[in-house]
Amino acid sequence: MISLQRVSKSFDGGKSYAVRDVSLTIAARSFVAVIGDSGSGKTTLLKMINRLIEADSGEITIAGDSTRTQPPFDLRRRIGYVFQGVGLFPHLTVGENIGITPGLLGWPRDAIDERVGELIDLVALPRAFLTRMPSELSGGQQQRIGVARSLAARPPILLMDEPFGALDPVTRDALGTEVRKLHESMGLTTVMVTHDVMEAVLLADRIVAVRQGVIVADGAPHELLTDSRDAGVRAMMDMPRRHAERVSALLRDRTQRG
Amino acid sequence: MDERVRAAAHLLPDYLSQHILLSAAALLLGLLIGLPLVIAASRSRRLRWPVLTFASVIQTIPSLALLALFYPVLLALSSLSRKMLGHGFSALGFLPSLLALTLYSMLPILRNGVAALTGIEPAIIEAARGVGMTQRQRLLRVELPLAAPVLMAGIRTSAVWVIGTATLSTPVGQTSLGNYIFSGLQIEDWVSVLFGCVAAVLLAITTDQLLALIESGVSRRRPAYVWIGCVALCAGVAAAGAVPLASGHHTSYVVGAKNFSEQYILADLMATRLRSTGATVTTRSGLGSVIAFRALAANELDVYVDYSGTVWANILRREDSPPRAQMLTELGSQLRSRYGVELLGALGFENAYALAMRRDQAAALGIRTLADLATHAAQLRIGGDFEFFQRPEWRALRDRYGLRFEEQRTFQPTFLYRAVTSGDVDVISAFSSDGRVAAYDLTVLEDPQQVIPPYDAIMLVSPHRAADPLLRNALAPLAGAIPIAAMRAANYQVDRADRPSTPQAAADWLGAKLSPSRPGMDRRGKEP
Repeated sequence: MISLQRVSKSFDGGKSYAVRDVSLTIAARSFVAVIGDSGSGKTTLLKMINRLIEADSGEITIAGDSTRTQPPFDLRRRIGYVFQGVGLFPHLTVGENIGITPGLLGWPRDAIDERVGELIDLVALPRAFLTRMPSELSGGQQQRIGVARSLAARPPILLMDEPFGALDPVTRDALGTEVRKLHESMGLTTVMVTHDVMEAVLLADRIVAVRQGVIVADGAPHELLTDSRDAGVRAMMDMPRRHAERVSALLRDRTQRG
Repeated sequence: MDERVRAAAHLLPDYLSQHILLSAAALLLGLLIGLPLVIAASRSRRLRWPVLTFASVIQTIPSLALLALFYPVLLALSSLSRKMLGHGFSALGFLPSLLALTLYSMLPILRNGVAALTGIEPAIIEAARGVGMTQRQRLLRVELPLAAPVLMAGIRTSAVWVIGTATLSTPVGQTSLGNYIFSGLQIEDWVSVLFGCVAAVLLAITTDQLLALIESGVSRRRPAYVWIGCVALCAGVAAAGAVPLASGHHTSYVVGAKNFSEQYILADLMATRLRSTGATVTTRSGLGSVIAFRALAANELDVYVDYSGTVWANILRREDSPPRAQMLTELGSQLRSRYGVELLGALGFENAYALAMRRDQAAALGIRTLADLATHAAQLRIGGDFEFFQRPEWRALRDRYGLRFEEQRTFQPTFLYRAVTSGDVDVISAFSSDGRVAAYDLTVLEDPQQVIPPYDAIMLVSPHRAADPLLRNALAPLAGAIPIAAMRAANYQVDRADRPSTPQAAADWLGAKLSPSRPGMDRRGKEP
């Protein structure tokens, strides 16, 4: 369980807030999508959980322990993180990239090798890729490796910052589905930041909408789709609903004509 | 030609090993200071500007000046440390060269290092933090490997600069491949200059290629390349370090020489005599005039030849001009009491400013002395080198003898001799031991009033060697043994334009002429 209590962050000494007085509790094994426009504070919110960004005030706890009581690198080794820009290390092979966090944790060599093999299977890439350099891989393959790297040390929590933003729609859909499967099979608590509402609706159990540093809506996807008091959230949720209605209308037409 | 190459090759182990040790030490020190600065400057924007600006400013100082400037700075520090801690250190040779080259090596390391580290994609840095690296792990596993190619390019540039610039450490008393160049330049031995250049270039290229091997090993993940490169570099430095050790088990003497032919010949002459007693001798040549004496007083040289009038004026700061014998006696006691330096003896000739004219013309006019010259001066023209007419010696001569010439002209030294033989001028300024005086059949006019101070060539011995019996026995026989005619002849062998000899060959010729029985022959029993 991840819990944020009255967390705030300002990048300009208090003139404006990226995140303002946010409280949020994320249940273990849930898949939460944080949505919002650029500059809404959603990425700041995510990065404060593993202290890539330090909160100015408030408290963040994981399974009841404050994240401040441990050194940040220790915290991060136990939380998987998938980066927006993939962020594979260009000077290391695919295998070395996947095995980086177990290595930092001091796993024995053969345990790391075994785990790296498991993960490349899990993200459905051939083992021959392990000795290649990241630059030899396509964008989708690179982000699969990014996901594999984040899960290598068997973290209970997975944080993802716009993980599929740069991928083509087909790859994005396939990878999203696989991540959801991994979430189930590994019993993860997943927090995903995205500006793609459709992606949030299709993958998450719960959607948290953020605007100007505060939470403006919070609920299951179907709740937000059907009933939201906030006009901005309604506008945001309108798009996937309209798309879905149009697609189903098209399908209906075809069956009627057929 | 062949003999000159062989003479140069004979000196190579000493020059090359010293050059390698100096360059390696400077580069290593540059890296030890530079790399932490690179890391600090890449982390702190506030530090970046002053660090890079400082390195750039250092780079704009002419390298020879940078080397030269460390001498007075270190001299002041040394005397301060002598006052406060009881012992000083040498302001000459290795130390100033090392410091100047270290500063010189820093700019490419700093500039490339900072550019490489600050140029890493922010996403990669965030990923390194995100996967749980500490700051140190991030630096060692991500930042430095990614910065390595650009940083290594900077180190390679730095190595090439340092090896090239190290040739300039010769004038501050550090032996290097520059000895070939500086001595070659003085005696117009272009083979020597070329030899020094080629050696320095080959050393720079080899080092650069080995560093390139390491660089490609790092970037292409071939540990074998890195190892081969590192082992080869270390082996080179170790071999350079072993050269002085291998030759260092005998008593070793250091003979100094200033930067003109006569000095090279006399240094080789003294070195040869010392060697014939079984001692190991190295020569340090091309030294600046005052630097040579300071080095001797600091026991970095054991012996060299200076000139009584020069030491009298420049070291003792005396402005009077006592008669020869009195000056020599007083020099001996003053140098001993003030510096511990021993005046071993005068060689028997002077290298003084003098006036010379064609022998036939002098005979025809009946001019033997400067007093004779004064009576004819109004009908004669005089030529001098660039500084002669500004020197106190000239003013003293002019005023004392009442010399008023018809015309007064200045020439570059080589043309001065041509001008007097061709009759463009009748009298020229000359150095009394210059070989060209005899070669052009000139006569040096006597100075009956002794207006020009005496410039007796004298052997000076360092404080540590003042009572050394081996050195004394080998060199004392030279006292009074070199007449001016012999010295002129030896100088001319080196200075002549056609078929010049090496200083060593001239020294051998001079040595054979002086003493048919070689020194040390009667002392075969050796020192205990």
